[in-house]
Amino acid sequence: MNGSLLFQAFIYLAAAVIAVPIAKRLGLGSVLGYLLAGVVIGPFMLGLVGQEGEDVMHFAEFGVVMMLFVVGLELEPSLLWRLRQPILGLGGLQVLVTSLVFAGLGIVVGLTWQEAVAIGMTLSLSSTAIVLQSLAERGLLKTEGGQSAFAVLLFQDIAVIPMLALFPLLAAGGSAAAEHHDEGHASTTLIASLPPWAQTLAVIGAVAAIIVFGRFLVRPALSAIAQTRLREIFTAAALLLVIGIALLMSAVGLSPALGTFLAGVVLANSEYRHELESDIDPFKGLLLGLFFIAVGASIDFGLLFAQPLLIVGLVVAIIAVKFAILFGLARSFRLSMDQSALVAFSLPQVGEFAFVLFSFARQEGVLTAALTDPLVAAVALSMALTPLLLVINERFVQPRFGTRKAEARPADAIDEENAVLIVGFGSFGATVGRLLKANNIRTTVLDIDSDRVDLLRKLGLKVYYGDASRYDLLASAGAGHAKILVIALDTPEKTMALVHTAKKHFPHLTIYARAFDWNDAQDLVRAGAHHVYRESVDTALRMGAEVMQTMGFRAYQARRATQTFLHHDEQSMHELVAHRDDQAAYLTNARRRIADLEQLLLADLADADLDRDAGWDPDSLREEVRQQAGLSA
Amino acid sequence: MARVLVLFAHPALEKSRVNRRLLKALPKLPGLTFHDLYEHCPSFHLNVAYEQELLTNHDTIIMQHPLYWYSVPPLLKQWMDLVLEHGWAYGLRGEALRGKQVFQIITVGGPASSYMHEGFQKHTLRDFLLPIEQTARLCRMDYLAPYVIYGTHRLNEDDLVREAVAYRRLLEWVHNNQLPFDGSATQSYATMNEAMSTLAPEVLV
Ligand SMILES: Cc1cc2nc3c(=O)[nH]c(=O)nc-3n(C[C@H](O)[C@H](O)[C@H](O)COP(=O)(O)O)c2cc1C
Repeated sequence: MNGSLLFQAFIYLAAAVIAVPIAKRLGLGSVLGYLLAGVVIGPFMLGLVGQEGEDVMHFAEFGVVMMLFVVGLELEPSLLWRLRQPILGLGGLQVLVTSLVFAGLGIVVGLTWQEAVAIGMTLSLSSTAIVLQSLAERGLLKTEGGQSAFAVLLFQDIAVIPMLALFPLLAAGGSAAAEHHDEGHASTTLIASLPPWAQTLAVIGAVAAIIVFGRFLVRPALSAIAQTRLREIFTAAALLLVIGIALLMSAVGLSPALGTFLAGVVLANSEYRHELESDIDPFKGLLLGLFFIAVGASIDFGLLFAQPLLIVGLVVAIIAVKFAILFGLARSFRLSMDQSALVAFSLPQVGEFAFVLFSFARQEGVLTAALTDPLVAAVALSMALTPLLLVINERFVQPRFGTRKAEARPADAIDEENAVLIVGFGSFGATVGRLLKANNIRTTVLDIDSDRVDLLRKLGLKVYYGDASRYDLLASAGAGHAKILVIALDTPEKTMALVHTAKKHFPHLTIYARAFDWNDAQDLVRAGAHHVYRESVDTALRMGAEVMQTMGFRAYQARRATQTFLHHDEQSMHELVAHRDDQAAYLTNARRRIADLEQLLLADLADADLDRDAGWDPDSLREEVRQQAGLSA
Repeated sequence: MARVLVLFAHPALEKSRVNRRLLKALPKLPGLTFHDLYEHCPSFHLNVAYEQELLTNHDTIIMQHPLYWYSVPPLLKQWMDLVLEHGWAYGLRGEALRGKQVFQIITVGGPASSYMHEGFQKHTLRDFLLPIEQTARLCRMDYLAPYVIYGTHRLNEDDLVREAVAYRRLLEWVHNNQLPFDGSATQSYATMNEAMSTLAPEVLV
């Protein structure tokens, strides 16, 4: 096979682009699509990729790092604090009990206790990547079960670190920790040569550094970068942040994923949260996809066909044991039946860390290849089965529970999100926003001016920084749940771009758009904005009414005249929209404006009703009465 | 099947107890149009042509409103001023409304017993409603006795439920041309409620 980078990229991308939409269509979720794509292009079917799969997986693991950063961003510290009980309790017990049970089983089938403990600990872990992606895609992350699953995964990610430290001690020969050299993982690091107390200090220092820098350095830095209004530099900064933290954590021997998660949590309260999220999101998505494909490609079908009973037996045993423990623990933590089922159905696979741990254990001499090869195959298969298990849970298990929390929840989520999005908080948007706030309508504001964002946030408003015509930013601001989109941007071009994005991705939104003149008001109506407001009209009419008053009209008459005029004006606009494009396409903007004005003036002349409230006009009655009485006018 | 227009006027429906309950019971029937004046014209800017067309397209006009200072809420008065144009609704050539039935559904704070010559209000409700009655007559319409819910301040939850059911039934009858009397009976009965209990007691709740 042609090993060039471009060719590889082509194969991976093609596999993803073909397999994922099909899997989604079939309701199987994107993860399964990626996994199947991996199987198809892997060594056992088309053989398009193979030997380099390991490297790809290594590289793609960075997707997990990014995912945890994004997860952290969505997790405000207060929420994390509320999760402490499930993290430590449920997560801790899950790792402990599962490790012990598997270790016990291992001893029963004749392994040494060291081997049994190593395998038990490894198998207790689940796949953060697959589970979070699958749950998020199904909108289950915010359910109670989803939160519990997340808590367990978080604990597992932390537990990996002591496990890595423990493996050398388990080695049969008792080889010293300093001997091992695992180029892939973090244990041999810059600080490995330091004495233990200094290592500990370095670890604590690194964590403290992330928190302090996140708080006091990153935010002003992002603010400064945002002011340049160069989007790609902001993206570069976001990537730099994630990669830098990953490097730092690797240097002190901590999990990079954990480090970026922490950074995410620190930044979760910042105004740039959504912008960071949407900048990292595409990279995260692609890398995770790559990771899933690599997992699919790494499934060892040769081994599976050679020892089908052993491998299938292992997979079934692993899933059954983990499932039972998860369900039992979830129930004992007072989760309802359906939420416990969700936890048990999402987490019974073994996670990607198993690949790392097994190869590490082999290097350390704790386990032999004869043991790890079938286990690795079983792990990969158990991961591949997860999306299927979730489909089973969704289609066949959840419907049996009367409550169906999974469906009740999205409504809660809507309560959390605000129903009105205001884009642009200059004087126009601010007036709308203040009126709504004064009447207890909660709004989410998006604005591109970072100074203003800073100020408004200080005043306690829910304001986010970003260019709202980007689909991803709109999505993270809650456009999926909102009802109304108020566009108060200050140029027609930006307004138009946003209307197009909203119409395409969030057709359920009712769009209220600020327009500037006739031209773009008509364009906006044609583009599908539901309500269009020319910003100068009301002010101009008020001014006109006061001129009328000064010229001797009574106040109420002038006011009614403006109302009638506004009505007529609006109607003419909607009529003209219908006839617009045939000829307007040929005209320049300036010509268009003149043509519009001409149409308007003609329409004014044609509407003879403009100046009358006939019901209050006694003239015709007087005439009738005088005629009947035989009087002349 | 009569085409029925409910012309509804309440300036603060969000504060209403009675009318809000009635509206919840409003039946959805083909040919029954509910026209919420304050919602439609919050700035009192009535589109006369549109309002007139609504009237033309219906046979029975019901004005539903709370009694405010012995009269209709101001937008309904504005509506009368501007929509009932000379030469259209009245006058020599004003024939547009001829023969249409019209009546009011009124909620009244004071109890029925106070609206008597010897009572607290010194006049009957019909006395206070004379301007409306005569307006209808001038427009050559068939004015029916009003449907009245008295003593709204004292209605409890059960009463409200009962009133809502009765309201729904009333509109269904009107819609089915089942009213147990016509305009000529108006003079004999003070209210439509009274006429019903005498002429068609079997249909009452
Ligand atoms: C401004 C105002 C004027 C009122 N005038 C009268 C009145 O003249 N006679 C009367 O019996 N009740 C009067 N009421 C009481 C209302 O008729 C009564 O509150 C209303 O019909 C209840 O209906 P609702 O709950 O739908 O608002 C008045 C109430 C208000 C607010």
